[in-house]
Amino acid sequence: MSVAVGSKPSPSEDLRNLALSGHVGFDSLPDQLVNKSTTQGFCFNILCVGETGIGKSTLMDTLFNTKFEGDPASHNEPGVRLKARSYELQESNVRLKLTTVDTVGFGDQINKEDSYKPIVEYIDAQFEAYLQEELKIKRSLFNYHDSRIHACLYFIAPTGHSLKSLDLVTMKKLDSKVNIIPIIAKADTIAKNELHKFKSKIMSELVSNGVQIYQFPTDEETVAEINATMSVHLPFAVVGSTEEVKIGNKMAKARQYPWGVVQVENENHCDFVKLREMLIRVNMEDLREQTHSRHYELYRRCKLEEMGFKDTDPDCKPFSLQETYEAKRNEFLGELQKKEEEMRQMFVMRVKEKETELKEAEKELHEKFDRLKKTHQDEKKKLEDKKKEIEDEVGAFSKKKAAVQLLQAQQAGSQSTKKDKDKKNSSFT
Amino acid sequence: MIERPDSSSASIARNLEGYVGFANLPNQVYRKSVKRGFEFTLMVVGESGLGKSTLINSLFLTELYSKDYPGPSQRIKKTVQVEQSKVLIKEGGVQLTLTIVDTPGFGDAVDNSNCWQPVINYIDSKCEDFLNAESRVNRRMMPDNRVHCCLYFIAPSGHGLKPLDIEFMKRLHDKVNVIPLIAKADTLTPEECQQFKKQIMKEIQEHKIKIYEFPDSEDDEDSKVIRKIKEKMPLAVVGSNVVIEVNGKKVRGRQYPWGVAEVENGEHCDFTVLRNMLIRTHMQDLKDVTNNVHYENYRSRKLAAVTCNGVDATKTKGQLTKSPLAQMEEERREHVTKMKKMETEMEQVFEMKVKEKKQKLKDSEAELERRHEQMKKNLEAQYKELEEKRKQYEEEKMSWEAQQRILEQQKLDASKTMEKNKKKGKIF
Repeated sequence: MSVAVGSKPSPSEDLRNLALSGHVGFDSLPDQLVNKSTTQGFCFNILCVGETGIGKSTLMDTLFNTKFEGDPASHNEPGVRLKARSYELQESNVRLKLTTVDTVGFGDQINKEDSYKPIVEYIDAQFEAYLQEELKIKRSLFNYHDSRIHACLYFIAPTGHSLKSLDLVTMKKLDSKVNIIPIIAKADTIAKNELHKFKSKIMSELVSNGVQIYQFPTDEETVAEINATMSVHLPFAVVGSTEEVKIGNKMAKARQYPWGVVQVENENHCDFVKLREMLIRVNMEDLREQTHSRHYELYRRCKLEEMGFKDTDPDCKPFSLQETYEAKRNEFLGELQKKEEEMRQMFVMRVKEKETELKEAEKELHEKFDRLKKTHQDEKKKLEDKKKEIEDEVGAFSKKKAAVQLLQAQQAGSQSTKKDKDKKNSSFT
Repeated sequence: MIERPDSSSASIARNLEGYVGFANLPNQVYRKSVKRGFEFTLMVVGESGLGKSTLINSLFLTELYSKDYPGPSQRIKKTVQVEQSKVLIKEGGVQLTLTIVDTPGFGDAVDNSNCWQPVINYIDSKCEDFLNAESRVNRRMMPDNRVHCCLYFIAPSGHGLKPLDIEFMKRLHDKVNVIPLIAKADTLTPEECQQFKKQIMKEIQEHKIKIYEFPDSEDDEDSKVIRKIKEKMPLAVVGSNVVIEVNGKKVRGRQYPWGVAEVENGEHCDFTVLRNMLIRTHMQDLKDVTNNVHYENYRSRKLAAVTCNGVDATKTKGQLTKSPLAQMEEERREHVTKMKKMETEMEQVFEMKVKEKKQKLKDSEAELERRHEQMKKNLEAQYKELEEKRKQYEEEKMSWEAQQRILEQQKLDASKTMEKNKKKGKIF
């Protein structure tokens, strides 16, 4: 039986709009989704950037209506470090895992050039952890504890004039990595008329320096209005307090001064309520989404491009993931092989060098001994000559000796005959 | 420098003293999901004539399959095809992009071997598309075209599963959520149906087929409902395109001379159970299981194949917890150590060989020296011998010459005396 494969389009591939003749029931889908998320629990991570003593911890306590533990930081930190703490909060049936990250020692050093670095590194590290999990072969993203920073509250000192250069530098470094929400801290030290000028100055400085702060979304009808109205009041001037003061017949969070009481939740006194509304009640989910779909994607894209991944090859055909990995792997293996080859070659060369060296030495040695041999030969020859000489002499001498002896013998013989003759002669007389 | 306390120990539970507002989070999520819209892909598999198209129309209360868009059984095919129809339906402000995937020709041929292959290929290709889209450097909103649920239609024979049924479900149960249904359940009496269901479940368990399991709920009420559903598996369904009036009510049903089999009557068939489960309560869970289990299985198999080329199977277990890149990093590090080791080994061998050769040279040098010494000694000895000989000869010569001289002297003296005697007249 021949088998044909393909998702051939049915008569019309365009999306057909169909009418329903009754209640099907998929309008419960959002509820199904929400129930699932609620059972899983939510998580939210806030980063607070600001000088020591500007009120970061107090604001967190006030926002989340609870006393987070911790001792106030000192001004003697040698550098900026980040301290993260996690809390599990519950409100009605919603569980929230809140992580507050504090920049300890920010703005305290004499040289603040590198102050932003630990912050950027921390944010990147969270992105990296998520990316690594995403790239694993066996991964479990659905129960991964998301530690990425969803919102960064930047605490501006209430000087009343303008932003400090440290603020501008830091915010510029952070704006492409995290949702920045600038707030004016300790707003109870600024008078109402000064506040308005201060806010405009800050906003215009941010715009002129190209700092991208978080924009409250205005694309959904339900929240567009409230977000638009609130955006006008940026940056929010806040006051934090965990102490309660009796106002009328209620206890409210406030700061008691000789000249009056600053009520935290009074919209005439400060923008705390607006901040809470925007940050938590209306846009928390949007902040999480922006972090994931914009900031994290940007980080991921840069990281992957750094590692040499591309979406299309030179012919503009899309790569499949498998091809990319295979190509990378082949490249990688090729590299390793090359390294091995190089090392081997190096050794071969060394061996060759040493061989020539040793051969040279051997040759020298042979030459030396050849010379010695020759000398020895010469000596031997000399010896031979001398020997011959002596032998000749000895030979000559023996010959001479023999000859003389012979002569002597002859003479002796003749003399004896002569003597005999003489004797004979003498006997005749 | 970062201080991060161990997350498990430092998560402190807090009681809030006043309203904060994050209880609104679920609403925010709700809003966003409605804005995004939903997608669902449903696959129907079964022989032709089992009422698949009718059931789809009944489920979604719409004319998905009509005269203009005929259902799979109306399109007689010689080979198994996989075809999809995409429709957009709205209800209560919620938009659903529904994709129905059907398989005309499935099980209809005389020889049905491998008729599941096009289905598997389709499911895998959708997963592949998603994997590639997810792995791009530049990612955009990815449409989720993966198959979220597969309704498998079992013919109401009343006896048990056919071999084709078993084979198909075995091959697909780890790729997609399989929900088996007894089609045309109005041909079975309740007792026959009960029997049939028992038999099917028994066979499913025997063959270790993993059909879609409903997750347990924390809610007691939900748990009861779920347990009831589980007891009714596989669901016996009846579908109808026709609306009939029964007792003044308009219902969907099948008109027989002996009565009307109502589709939405719980005592007649399990259609309502199916609809509630599939659409109203577990649609999201089907999508989640597809994403978290079936897709992840596909992905890890695919990536493991890429990274473990040429590596034996015993090593792969530990490597699966890393990303392919991290694994390459580790392999790189391993390689560096291996190279270092190789280097030291080679160095050792090299040194040893050099030492050997040097030693050899030394030895032969020594040997030659020795021989030279010996020869020298030899020569010297010979010299000495020669000297001795010469000395001897000289001595001998000298003594002989001395002797000769004495003899000569004697001779001379003798001749001198003779001369004297001659002169004296002794001799005349």
